[in-house]
Amino acid sequence: MDNASFIIQQLINALFLGSIFSLIALGYTMVYGIIELINFAHGELFTAGAFIGIIVLAALQNIGFVETHFVLTLILVFGMAMAYVAVLGVAIEQVAYKPLRKASRLAAILSALGMSIFLSNGMMLSQGVSDRAYPAILGMDGFSILDARITYGQVFIIVLSLVLMVALNMFVNWSKLGKAMRATAQNQTMARMLGIDIDRTIRVTFMIGPALGAAAGVMVGMYYGSVRFDMGFIYMIKAFAAAILGGIGSIPGAVLGGMIIGGVEVLWSAFLPSEWKDVTTFVVLILVLYFRPSGILGEHVSESRV
Amino acid sequence: MAKSDFKTFIVYALFLGILILPMVGFPGTRFEASRALTIWGGVVGILALWLANKTVRRSDMYRRTATRFEPIKNNILRRFSKLPIRYYILVLLIGVAAYPLVANNYMIDVGITCLIYIVLGLGLNIVVGLAGLLDLGYIAFYAVGAYSYSLLNLHFGISFWLSLPIGMVIGAIFGCIIGYPTLRMRGDYLAIVTMGFGEIIRLVLNNWDKLTKGPNGLLGMAKPTVVYPALTDGGLSWVVYSLKSLHALYYLMFIIAVLTVIGVRRLDNSRIGRAWVAIREDEVAAELSGVPTTWLKLLAYAMGAAFASVVGAFFAAKLSYTNPNFFIFMESCIVLCIVVLGGVGSIPGIILAGIILIAVPEVFRELQDYRMLAFGLAMAAMMVLRPEGLIPASRRKRELHETGQSTPEDLKDGA
Repeated sequence: MDNASFIIQQLINALFLGSIFSLIALGYTMVYGIIELINFAHGELFTAGAFIGIIVLAALQNIGFVETHFVLTLILVFGMAMAYVAVLGVAIEQVAYKPLRKASRLAAILSALGMSIFLSNGMMLSQGVSDRAYPAILGMDGFSILDARITYGQVFIIVLSLVLMVALNMFVNWSKLGKAMRATAQNQTMARMLGIDIDRTIRVTFMIGPALGAAAGVMVGMYYGSVRFDMGFIYMIKAFAAAILGGIGSIPGAVLGGMIIGGVEVLWSAFLPSEWKDVTTFVVLILVLYFRPSGILGEHVSESRV
Repeated sequence: MAKSDFKTFIVYALFLGILILPMVGFPGTRFEASRALTIWGGVVGILALWLANKTVRRSDMYRRTATRFEPIKNNILRRFSKLPIRYYILVLLIGVAAYPLVANNYMIDVGITCLIYIVLGLGLNIVVGLAGLLDLGYIAFYAVGAYSYSLLNLHFGISFWLSLPIGMVIGAIFGCIIGYPTLRMRGDYLAIVTMGFGEIIRLVLNNWDKLTKGPNGLLGMAKPTVVYPALTDGGLSWVVYSLKSLHALYYLMFIIAVLTVIGVRRLDNSRIGRAWVAIREDEVAAELSGVPTTWLKLLAYAMGAAFASVVGAFFAAKLSYTNPNFFIFMESCIVLCIVVLGGVGSIPGIILAGIILIAVPEVFRELQDYRMLAFGLAMAAMMVLRPEGLIPASRRKRELHETGQSTPEDLKDGA
């Protein structure tokens, strides 16, 4: 394998990881933009999405549906995982966050953390502590550019995540609910005065964010071929780093941050010892927070918010 | 039964049901709906108790009975509160000190674990409860303590007692390293960054094979020893006694715990403690009133870290073994749970929560699996229903239930 193909291969890897981080980071950014709370349970929602995907896939494989209706299978798997996790997101919001909207921030954060611990242990109890194999349906077929092997699965995942991001952007910018979301994020009191149903807007945000995370979970499962109950933790921290890097509250920022974090991680694994790659993400996160807490595309963050 | 309460009950029961649904295995996996249903049943049962409690308290009969018993209750309460608090503390101390005499080895071990977590909780309480800085990577300082003792002992043969102050200083330095970049942050950002720091320390311990032997851990540290003079055949001589037995280790930990309680209590009422509370309440106002916020925040991290470091050294000495997997993020969560459930800022609350959270799951071994599940739910429920904790700190309780008017009790406390 020569240099050019090596670069292309790494580029594809970076693009894939970047899309995953972006999708998860979008959930953080949206929720933070609206209620200024880090949804600690987001990483667990991502894992829950992956597990729902595995369950649906296994069920469909059992009845031989996958071979006959491949496209429909993909739609079903992603659709059901996203729908279920959207409901889960709303449930968490109702149980743990809504009663604390007026309470101190410490209380809200601790409640969020409690939900995260609860969900992660719930998944451990039901799905086991070991790695679960994901049914391999994407296959190894693909094409080559300059000896660099690119599977259709990789292309599919990258394209799907791009589609989701564009759809989200269109929704937030053009739809009525999206406008309500942006208004709520800017000034909740004013939005309420203008007749926007704040509760409904927050609920919708808690559906869309986790649904995107669930899609990322299914993608990770399909791509790496296995999932684990605690994999959400590391993805959560990285996606959070991405959201901060791009500027928390900013949707294009989350995508940009995700791509940068993905790129850095792939570069690091390619040339330096990979067991230290997680450490670099944390260091990047801390450096960004220290030197530019508003991120690349974020507006100026006031002291009180930080 | 008030209609709104009933509605809340139904909504919560439904949403908790949805939350518990991921625990149901589906076709192709393990089908264990019964387990999820049992958990859901338990949760709904607790909710129903809450509803019943509220309903009963609303009813006329309860009110009538309550007013009749009010004088009697007050009478009893007055009798008990007349006794100075030091008598209760004395009884508690004697109880804890006598515990190993009646307990078997396993129970003593559980007792030591309890004491370890209580001290960790008290240390974290300085950071979270007093200074109001949420630290999700607290267990890292515990690791720093454990590894500094292990390395000092294995490479330089430094004894436990000498390495305690050294470990405290190292822990405090690490506290400042974490504290310094996060000085400007509060709330969510701080939580994530401290979590990241905690993971960095664990990953470094795990990956730095040459120094820490990686995931295999370090083995063979010396137990703490005590030297005392004794009369032997040759006259007066020094006898070296190694604290190997569980009893000896228990008492050592007991002394550490008592010293910690005294230290934290004195800190709480000191000038520094009050300055921390001022920072927690309003940093800008505190700064304007002349409180050196930067130094005090660093000090809070350093102090908290120093306590954790001492317990870490004890932990490593007790097992003569340490490895990075003792210091995972979940451990930080357990310590935080103890602080939160007990009541942020409340020393008796943390002691009680430490006993409940560590001892109860050990005694009911079959509940071990569900331990963290219950912790997580309890943490969220506590924040929603009773944010001041099991035994609220008097200062904190007033803050969380501000009524705008002061009750006689408040006035007595000098609020």
